[in-house]
Amino acid sequence: METGTIFLYLVCGLIPLAVVAYFLATRRTFSVKFEGEKFHSTPGSYGWYATICTLSPALLASFVAAVLQLTGVVEVPGTALVSTVIALAAGGLYVGVLTVKPSLRARAIVEQMVVKMLFVASLVSILTTIGIVLSVVFEAIRFFEIVSVWDFITGTSWSPDGVSAGDSDVKGMFGSIPLFAGTFMITAIAMLVAIPIGLFAAICTAEYASPTFRKIAKPALEILAGIPTVVYGFFAAITVSPLVVRAAEYVGLQADFTNALAPGLVMGVMIIPFVSSLSDDVITSVPNSLREGSLAMGAYHSETIKTVILPAALPGIISAFLLAVSRAVGETMIVVMAAGLRANLTWNPLEGMTTVTVRIVDALTGDQAFDSPETLSAYGLGLVLLVVTLVLNVISLVVIRRFRQQYE
Amino acid sequence: MKYSIDPKVLKRRASRDKRFRTYAYTAILMAAAFLVFFFTDIITTALSAFKQAELLVEVHYVDEARKMGDYALDDDVSPLVSRGFTRLIPNQMREDRSLLGTAEEKWVLAEAEVDQYLKGKPNRLKKDERKIVDTMRAEGRARLAFNIGFFENGDSKLPEMAGIWAAAVGSMYALIITFLFSFPTGVMTAIYLEEFAPNNRIMQVIEVNINNLAAIPSILFGLLGLSIFINFFGVPRSSALAGGLTLALMTLPVIIISTRAAIRAVPDSIREGSLALGATRWQMVLTNVLPLSLPGILTGTIIGLAQAIGETAPLLIVGMMAYIPDAPTSFTSAATVLPAQIYTWSSDSLRAFTERTSAGIIVLLAVMLSMNAVAIYLRNKYETKW
Repeated sequence: METGTIFLYLVCGLIPLAVVAYFLATRRTFSVKFEGEKFHSTPGSYGWYATICTLSPALLASFVAAVLQLTGVVEVPGTALVSTVIALAAGGLYVGVLTVKPSLRARAIVEQMVVKMLFVASLVSILTTIGIVLSVVFEAIRFFEIVSVWDFITGTSWSPDGVSAGDSDVKGMFGSIPLFAGTFMITAIAMLVAIPIGLFAAICTAEYASPTFRKIAKPALEILAGIPTVVYGFFAAITVSPLVVRAAEYVGLQADFTNALAPGLVMGVMIIPFVSSLSDDVITSVPNSLREGSLAMGAYHSETIKTVILPAALPGIISAFLLAVSRAVGETMIVVMAAGLRANLTWNPLEGMTTVTVRIVDALTGDQAFDSPETLSAYGLGLVLLVVTLVLNVISLVVIRRFRQQYE
Repeated sequence: MKYSIDPKVLKRRASRDKRFRTYAYTAILMAAAFLVFFFTDIITTALSAFKQAELLVEVHYVDEARKMGDYALDDDVSPLVSRGFTRLIPNQMREDRSLLGTAEEKWVLAEAEVDQYLKGKPNRLKKDERKIVDTMRAEGRARLAFNIGFFENGDSKLPEMAGIWAAAVGSMYALIITFLFSFPTGVMTAIYLEEFAPNNRIMQVIEVNINNLAAIPSILFGLLGLSIFINFFGVPRSSALAGGLTLALMTLPVIIISTRAAIRAVPDSIREGSLALGATRWQMVLTNVLPLSLPGILTGTIIGLAQAIGETAPLLIVGMMAYIPDAPTSFTSAATVLPAQIYTWSSDSLRAFTERTSAGIIVLLAVMLSMNAVAIYLRNKYETKW
C-alpha cells in the first residue's frame, strides 16, 4: 500500500474510534451504576481521557512503524500496520471506557497530557535547527571528501561544469574565493545604500517626525520589506540593470548586464526597513533625560543626536547593521535573477559576479546526479552560509544584551 | 564662553543643524521615491498584459484540418493565429462531426508577436505579416480584448496562452499545508513557552533557537526540505506537500514570536481572576488567555502566511520551478507556485513573457496586500488595549 493510502485508512479508522470513545466515556459517567457517587472531574474530562487512551497507543505504534520504515530496519507491510494500529486503538478504547469511575482523576491526566503535547510542539523548532545543521553538515562532509577544505577556501577559480560523479581529479575547480568576493561585493553595495538611508530614516521617524508623519512613514518603509524578493529580482534585472549599463556608457564605462551594482542597489533598498525599524526602536528607547540634558546645555537638535543619542544607541544600531548584513549575505532571489552565474574575481562592480547563494541554487536546480560534486558543493557553500549568518546573529545578540544592561 | 557667542560659529552650527535635518527627511523621501518608481514601473509594464490581441478569422472546417488545424485557416493569416488555437481544431472536429464542411467567422487568439506588435512593442513580425495585421486592424478584424485566459490557463510555452491559474492553485495548496502545520505547532509552542515552561536551560536554548531560526537565510530551509523531506521522508519532489512543509518551518518562528507577544499582552489580572475561580492552568489558558489573544495570533499568522506566499528561494530548491502546465489535483502531485512561476517567466527569453511576469507580480502583490489588509483590519477591530 502507498503511504498516502495507509494514512487515509488510519485517519478514517482512528477518528471515528476516538469520537466513539469520547461519547461512551461521557455516557458512562451518567450510568446508574455510579448513582449517588460524586465524580472527580466533569464528564467531558472523562471523554477526553478515553480519547487519549484510544489514540496514544495507536499513534505511538504508527510512529514507531514509520521510524523503522524510514531507517530501513524493517519493512512494515501496510495492511499489517493498519490492522495492528486499529486493533490497538480498539483495545485502548475498551480499557479507557472501562476504567472510567468516580475516583479516577481524569482532568489531571488529560491536562498532563496536554502539557506534554505542548512541550513536544515546542521541540519542533529545535528539531528544525538540528535538521538544517545535520542536512547541511552531512552532505558538506561528503563534499569535502572529494574536495579538500584547503582548496575550497583558497582556490580562486570556481568552474564545476563538466565535473561528473566519478571524477576524482577536481583540484582547482572548487575554489570558493570568487564566490565570497561576489557575495562580499554585493553585500557591501547593499550596505552602502541601506545604512545611510536606513539610519537617517530612523533618525527622521524617531526624532524629527510629527506623530502623524511617523504613523505614515513607518508602515511605508515596512512595505519595502514586504515585497517578495522575486519581485525585487525581476525589477533589478529588467529595470535597474539596463539603467546601470546606460549610466555607465554615459560616463564612458563598460558594464555587463549581469553587473554586481544593480542587484546590490536593489538589495540595499530591500534592507532599508531592517536597518531603520531596528534603529528606530533603539533610538526611541534612549531615555528622554539624556536628550533633555543635552538640549538644556544649548546644543542643537542635530548636535544632540550626533553626540548624545547615537552614541547611546550605538550598540543597538550596530546589532541592526549586523542583522542587515546577515540578511544581505543570505539573500537569494535578487542575485539569482540579476547577478551573473560566472565566478569572477574582480574589484569592478560593473562586471558580472556571482554569489554563494546563486551557486547553491544553480547546483541544486540543474539536472546533475544527486551525488555529483557540483550538487554536493551546494551543501559545502550552504555550510559556510549557515556559519556566517549564525555568527553574525550571535554577535548582534551579544551586542544588544550588553546594551540593555546600561539602562536597567 | 567665547566659542558659543561668536555669531559666525552660531550661524555655522545652525546651518549644520538644518542640513542634518534635511538629510533625515531626504532619506525618507528617497525610500518613498523608490516605492513610487517601483510600483509605476511594474504596473506600467503589467497593464498591457491584461489585454490580449485577438483576430477575427474565417475558420473552414475542411477535410485536411482534421489532421493539421492550420488548414482550417487562410494561408496568410494562419501564421498570425496562436498555435494554441489551431492545434485544438482536429480534436474539435473529431468530437463534433457535423462541423466538417462548415465554416464560421470567429475571434481567435493571436500569436504573441502579433500581440506585441498591436501593443506597439518590439516584435519579430516580418514586413508582409505586419501589413496583413495592419489591414486587419483597419478593417476592425484585430482587437485587444481583456485577457481572461491569463487567469484561466496554466503555464504554456506559448506566451499568449500562458496564465497563472495553475500557479495560483499550487500556491493555495502549499499555503494550506503551511497553515495546517505551522499554525497549531506555532501556537502550541508559544502557549507552552509563555504559560507552562519552567525557567531552565532547555527553555533558554529553545528561545535562543527560535530567534536564530527567524534569521536563518531562507535558502537553507530549501536545503533542509530537499535532504530531509524529499530524500529522507520520500515526499514527492515538486509537490505542494514538500513546498508547504518547507514554508511551514520558515513561517513557524514568525507565528511563535507574534503569538507570544499576543499572549504576553493579556494582563495577569485576567489569569489570576480565572485561577481564583478554581480553574486549572489549562482551563485558564483555554477559556481566558487564548480567546483574548486570538486577534493578535491571527494577525501574526496571516502576516506570516503572506510572507510565505511570496517566498521563492527554498521552493526552487525543492523543485517547484519545473514546467507544470496543469493545476495540481492533490497535495502530492507536481505543482508550481506564484513566485516560482514569476521566476520561470522572467528567465524566459521571449519578450512577451516580460509583461506576463509583471502581470503575475501584480497578482502576487495584490494577494499579499489583501492578506496584510485583512490582518490590519483584524488587529484594529478586535485587539483590546489593556
